[in-house]
Amino acid sequence: MTIMDAVARTGSGSGRASRPRKSKAGWNLLGLLVFVTAGFPVYWMLNTAFKPAKDAIDPDPSLLPTGFTLDNFRRALDIADFWGPVGRSLIVSLSVVAIGIVVGTLAALAISRFAFRGRKVVIVGILAVQMIPLVAMIIPVFLLLNDLDQYDKLSGLVITYLTFILPFTVWTLRGFIVNIPKELEEAAMVDGCTRTGAFIRVVFPLLAPGMVATSVYAFIQAWNEYLYALMLLSQEHQTATVWLGNFTTKHGTEYAPMMAGSTMMAVPIVVLFLLVQRKMAAGLTAGAVKG
Amino acid sequence: MSAADTTTPVKVPPPMSVPPPPTSPSPSAGRKRSSGATPWLLLAPCLLILALVLGYPLVRLVTLSFQKFGQSQLWGFLPAQWVGFDNFTAVLGDGEFWAVVVRTVVFAAGSVIFTMVAGMLIALLLQRVSGWVKTLVNIALVASWGMPIIVATTVFKWLFDADYGILNALLSKLPGVDMVGHNWFASGPQGLAVIMLLVVWGAVPFVVITLSAGLTQVPAELEEAARLDGAGAWGVFRYVTLPILKPIIVMLTTLSVIWDMGVFPQVFVMRGGHPEADFQLLTTYSYDRAFVVNDYAQGSAIALITVLLLLGVVAVYMRQMLKIGEVE
Repeated sequence: MTIMDAVARTGSGSGRASRPRKSKAGWNLLGLLVFVTAGFPVYWMLNTAFKPAKDAIDPDPSLLPTGFTLDNFRRALDIADFWGPVGRSLIVSLSVVAIGIVVGTLAALAISRFAFRGRKVVIVGILAVQMIPLVAMIIPVFLLLNDLDQYDKLSGLVITYLTFILPFTVWTLRGFIVNIPKELEEAAMVDGCTRTGAFIRVVFPLLAPGMVATSVYAFIQAWNEYLYALMLLSQEHQTATVWLGNFTTKHGTEYAPMMAGSTMMAVPIVVLFLLVQRKMAAGLTAGAVKG
Repeated sequence: MSAADTTTPVKVPPPMSVPPPPTSPSPSAGRKRSSGATPWLLLAPCLLILALVLGYPLVRLVTLSFQKFGQSQLWGFLPAQWVGFDNFTAVLGDGEFWAVVVRTVVFAAGSVIFTMVAGMLIALLLQRVSGWVKTLVNIALVASWGMPIIVATTVFKWLFDADYGILNALLSKLPGVDMVGHNWFASGPQGLAVIMLLVVWGAVPFVVITLSAGLTQVPAELEEAARLDGAGAWGVFRYVTLPILKPIIVMLTTLSVIWDMGVFPQVFVMRGGHPEADFQLLTTYSYDRAFVVNDYAQGSAIALITVLLLLGVVAVYMRQMLKIGEVE
């Protein structure tokens, strides 16, 4: 279903060679270097967010924390309305996820549990559709919303987000469904369940964790989207990602509050991501959706 | 689920909570009975939505690129007018367009190569380090992977700031280097190199984690056998590890190409919404034509050319998906 299965199929052995311990120290040092390099931007964001604003514009900045203040967060909440954009992002993302999961589950069931003419075409189509860069579609999508009178409306944004969320949910849920043995359903049907009954009693409980993971991941993607939010909503209806642009004005950039704002944006998302990352690692290659 | 165990996905290749699929030799055998209208009914909502939000705009993208469509057509003062291949001849005949194409290809190729090489090296390194180092690296990787692109871009803008950026301060500490006040975005190539670093930084975690899972599946006996036959570390990698990982590498590479050719917010936000001429990639160039110059038709033509450029790569990706038995 996923790259992981490909992985599983490529090799039969699983034991890892036990390597001699002697040269570990050198590798560990290299590993720590990778840790520092990869983690530094995140660390520096947090460091700047919590340090006094005047230390942030020190020409000789200290690498270690210089003090602790929440002033930058206060300033960030102050600089432009924060909760409005967050509320709008929530409404849009939750609506997209709700539609994406319901419609996606139905479609995923169709392509994973039924044989019908044209099934392969549908599957290839859904896979291919995810490969079109979002940016390439912005012009006709903009014109479409203009024609439908949905420009600068949250519902319009919800519709457009379905372009990338729906193929993703269908494909990922399909991956979860094909992993549920069909024999379970068949056994339930032999015992007198209807097809729908078998789905509700047998498949659905097994699918639920996958649905949760897919929802969370879809939510993150919708929440993080920038281009459509910027183009299809006016300044006064901006979403959370676009809100982050408020720190740069013609008078310059307020970096410390901007890092505080970045922290507020990133932390909940990173936490959500941590929760589902492992479950999604498999589905992601198949899902093939990112930024 | 604690944070610690979510950050070590490497040890658990198929993270599904349910039993693995029965690898039945005849997948369609049990399905025959259940045809009819049901699957299409289930698919209907999905297909309808996709037709509206994806199908229609896609068709519109194609038709637009054969029309004259500017501000007057947008407001409905003038009807859209068919102009045949005029937009394409105008775009393809423009020297700037070719400069943008070359820049985009170099940028995407660089990003993909650096991502894949760094990802492979880190994945191999993770096999050789102690457990606690591995956990630390995984935490850093997953945290950077989870960062929203807009946030990551904003943070990099701060790291590379000319006056107060930490990078200039650190580099200036090196003997003989004076980077105080150095503006990384004064020239296109240097600025794009910074943006490439941002893209690679964001893309490496996914590659490392996927390749690490792949590496755990390389049979130890095969490596051992190769070593007994006199292969060095490079030989084992070249003739044992690499061939086994090939399907994963092909998929990761094609995906990376698709993602890196579509880079937009990183450039857009880094340049404050108005990328200069030598920062333009195909995506920003198309956007610029449409929404800054207000020539929606030429913008569409450029977007269409971008999609066509990607088709070859998409074909390789899809073939690999089908070959793996993904779509049985």
